[in-house]
Amino acid sequence: MTARLSWLAPWLAFALILIAAPRVFPSPTALTMMSLMGVMIIFALSYNMLLGQTGLLSFGHAVYYGLGGFVAIHTMNAVIHNKLGLSIPVIPLVGGLAGLVFGVLFGLISTRRAGLVFSMISLGIGELVSSSSFILRTFFGGEEGITTNRSKLAPFLGHKFGPQLEVYYLIGVWCFVCVVAMYALTRTPFGRMCNAVRENPERVEFVGYSPRMVRLIAFCFAAFFAGIAGGLAAISFEIMNAQQLGAQQSSLVLLMAYIGGVGSFAGPIVGAVIITYLQIMLSDVTSAWQLYFGLMFIAVVMFAPEGVVGWTMLHLRALRGGVAWRLAPAYAAVGPALVATGAGAIMIIELANRQLAEARSEGSAMRLFGFDVDASTLPPWIVAVALFAAGTILVLRLWPRVGDAWGAVNARLHFRGEG
Amino acid sequence: MSAALSLLDLRKSFGPVQIIRGVSLEIAEGERHAIIGPNGAGKSTLFNLVSGRIRPSSGEVRLHGQAITGLSPFEINRRGLSRSFQITNIFPKMSVEENLRCAALWSLGYKYAFWTSIERLSDVCERAEWLMDRVGLTVRRHVPAGVLSYAEQRALEIGVTIGGSADVVMLDEPTAGMNNSETEHAVALIRKVTEGKTLVMVEHDMGVVFSLADRISVLVYGQIIASDAPERIRENPAVREAYLGQDGA
Amino acid sequence: MLQLITFSTLNGVLYGMLLFMMASGLTLIFSMMGVLNFAHASFYMLGAYFGFEISRRIGFWPGFVLAPLLVGVIGALVERYGLRHLHRRGQVSELLFTFGLAFVIEELVQMIWGKLPVDYRVPPQLDFVAFRLFDTTYPAYRVFMLLIAIAMFAALLTVLTRTRVGLIIQAALTHPDMVAMLGHDVPKIFMLVFGAGAALAGLAGVIAGPALVTQPDMASLLGPILFVVIVVGGLGSLTGAFFASLLIGLVQTFAVAMNFSFAEVLGPVAPPFLGDLWKVTIAELAPVVPYLLLVLVLIFRPTGLMGRRES
Repeated sequence: MTARLSWLAPWLAFALILIAAPRVFPSPTALTMMSLMGVMIIFALSYNMLLGQTGLLSFGHAVYYGLGGFVAIHTMNAVIHNKLGLSIPVIPLVGGLAGLVFGVLFGLISTRRAGLVFSMISLGIGELVSSSSFILRTFFGGEEGITTNRSKLAPFLGHKFGPQLEVYYLIGVWCFVCVVAMYALTRTPFGRMCNAVRENPERVEFVGYSPRMVRLIAFCFAAFFAGIAGGLAAISFEIMNAQQLGAQQSSLVLLMAYIGGVGSFAGPIVGAVIITYLQIMLSDVTSAWQLYFGLMFIAVVMFAPEGVVGWTMLHLRALRGGVAWRLAPAYAAVGPALVATGAGAIMIIELANRQLAEARSEGSAMRLFGFDVDASTLPPWIVAVALFAAGTILVLRLWPRVGDAWGAVNARLHFRGEG
Repeated sequence: MSAALSLLDLRKSFGPVQIIRGVSLEIAEGERHAIIGPNGAGKSTLFNLVSGRIRPSSGEVRLHGQAITGLSPFEINRRGLSRSFQITNIFPKMSVEENLRCAALWSLGYKYAFWTSIERLSDVCERAEWLMDRVGLTVRRHVPAGVLSYAEQRALEIGVTIGGSADVVMLDEPTAGMNNSETEHAVALIRKVTEGKTLVMVEHDMGVVFSLADRISVLVYGQIIASDAPERIRENPAVREAYLGQDGA
Repeated sequence: MLQLITFSTLNGVLYGMLLFMMASGLTLIFSMMGVLNFAHASFYMLGAYFGFEISRRIGFWPGFVLAPLLVGVIGALVERYGLRHLHRRGQVSELLFTFGLAFVIEELVQMIWGKLPVDYRVPPQLDFVAFRLFDTTYPAYRVFMLLIAIAMFAALLTVLTRTRVGLIIQAALTHPDMVAMLGHDVPKIFMLVFGAGAALAGLAGVIAGPALVTQPDMASLLGPILFVVIVVGGLGSLTGAFFASLLIGLVQTFAVAMNFSFAEVLGPVAPPFLGDLWKVTIAELAPVVPYLLLVLVLIFRPTGLMGRRES
């Protein structure tokens, strides 16, 4: 009985977190951030239907998010203008359907090819749509974008969705439904064939499936869910502009999915939460935050391609196997070195940023890790470079130990028949 | 009796080089047919032409009397022809069970179904179960295909090939790279799983060929020089010259 | 009209040749190493900024020589310490790495040189009018750019067809697995090819910088067009990349020059739903043109103009 119901546990936990979050973090900033997180979870998961499930690396997924958002916001304005009876909770569906329509349209073109060509085409279509936003001004609203007022729509069960809290719960419900739906999709015959296409598209043809059709359907689903996310964003922020469907937004969703981990279903969810949080918090702390994003992404690509969740799962597996302790000495040795490298790198970036970008307007004095330093003098630089260099050398020296430790751990697990 | 598979003057050129130079062949329903020949004779190319992996330059392929020339592999597969690969070609990160389920899905009519969980499709699960049992991988069901042993991967390759219940099965060197006991095991497996089906196989191991095949075709430089019952192929002087001369034995 | 055609053709060819300077490197790198270098346009941007910085301190000509070399060295280092470790993980990892790299380079450039365009000037020796046609002048610097681009094209052609290195590269283009068997040090060849491709992009940046605008988003504006070029040309085909470069160069330049809208030609009354499209001038459509071309080519010829390879 317990085994039968145990699959429910993560879903209950997820629902509980969604419900309880605003009580734990009730501030308006937190509410806005959590609303954005909910939107981004849907968006990142929809992206992973392509990258993680079907093996399609897209550089233009924001097109469907953005177009979904624009159609949603125009629908809202039309509803307000014509006093139609449509209420807010169905608006995301409008966005989803818009995403779906454009997904079919562009999917027909781009899914003819797989692999790197698909990536290039997705980039091209992304640019096509975002550069036409400067031409079709009526629809995209030019520089300012299109605004709306969500509280003017017909109320739903007495709610007008004026306060952010109500919007948060609306997003929460949609987020939950979408996550469940996308998870369910991975369990269907279609979802299984997506994985097969990712692994070996040629063999798929010899078991009776058209890989192109699998890619197209996956593309349409991904566009549909991205459109829902866009529709929710339109409701939450009451504005849509061309940036929302541009290259930056497309890069952002790639970052979320990849840093979270494309190999597991939960990866993009965690990635969306982390990146959204960092995006808002880091941009308050440093003006070089995008540089950190880029470096973080490169680090994940090079050293932890399984992403945060994949990395955690590896460790959990070792922990459950009772062999995690074997990693401890190696981690203990390499940990401080890694911290030194990281701290050194952050110091260098911050000093450089201060000296090169901000000194003219704000002076070269700054606070760094609690110390008052002057970026135009040599000492902080010496400390930073020394930390970074020493840390890097040590990491390079010690890293083989981590590899060896993992070798031992995997051998143990394999021996016990788990590999 | 109608032919399960017929090739009519099939030709294929890569640039100026003609690899398949007019192959005509009829393979009867239920027959076990082996294609042998020296290296570079074009056996794999012939397989690729029939299964739709590459298009023939001219000629025709018929499956149960219907032309399938130039169709894409999945269309040919849906008409009931399935093939295996010389270099193991499976879904490496998916488990044995998932590999076999994927192989069975289309033939059971589920197409691109996205409204039902695969676990609930009892026919798919049963079919995968049956296949696993047949190829002897039941205890390895949850193991990713990529970490199976070589012989196990070859068995899975056969399982995936017959998974869609195709009635014409083409096996490309199913015992390549196996040791004696593995080969023996594989022959028994092939015999078992292709019962009542039409089998076309390319094979180098003459022991396997002579123990399995009802009829043998000898392909040399893109042409079939003989097509006959095993014992008569053994005695055919042209075959001896082309084949044994080439092997130097 | 004749004037417009002459100048647009000149500028279009120039732009196309510049595109090819980058697309050729991108294609060579892709064909040999299987790496689609997302950061290729970033090397172009680095070339422009290095050229600017050096010309500000020492002069244009030292920059003209040093900046591409510097970019080439950076490219080689990126290959040696980054891409090489990712090679066995496959194309997607490599693409993602260069994608991250492009992101980081843009941020670094912004940090070092600021978000606004920098004042990268045409050298005084070349700051004169080359010729005058009807009443429009053509600057000497553009002629110089054209000459450099043609010289690079000739050099590339010579290297590829006449030298030993070129033969190895050609062999690698058609039979990527065979090069190792010939006994060549493949990692070193990869590093050199990647460095040379980066240097070529850097050179394009140095000479384009003063004529166009040197600013931090020049890479992200050009990068996608570059990919359009190699996809339209057919991934992996140098000849295809050449014709696609010229095609896109010419089409886009001509589009920019055409300063009229549908409304002016066909009357002010727009068909329904076409309101905005009716009012924009062809020139305003120019940024969209390469992408429209991409879509059209893909609909009618999915493998590109001269493509054979399926990724």
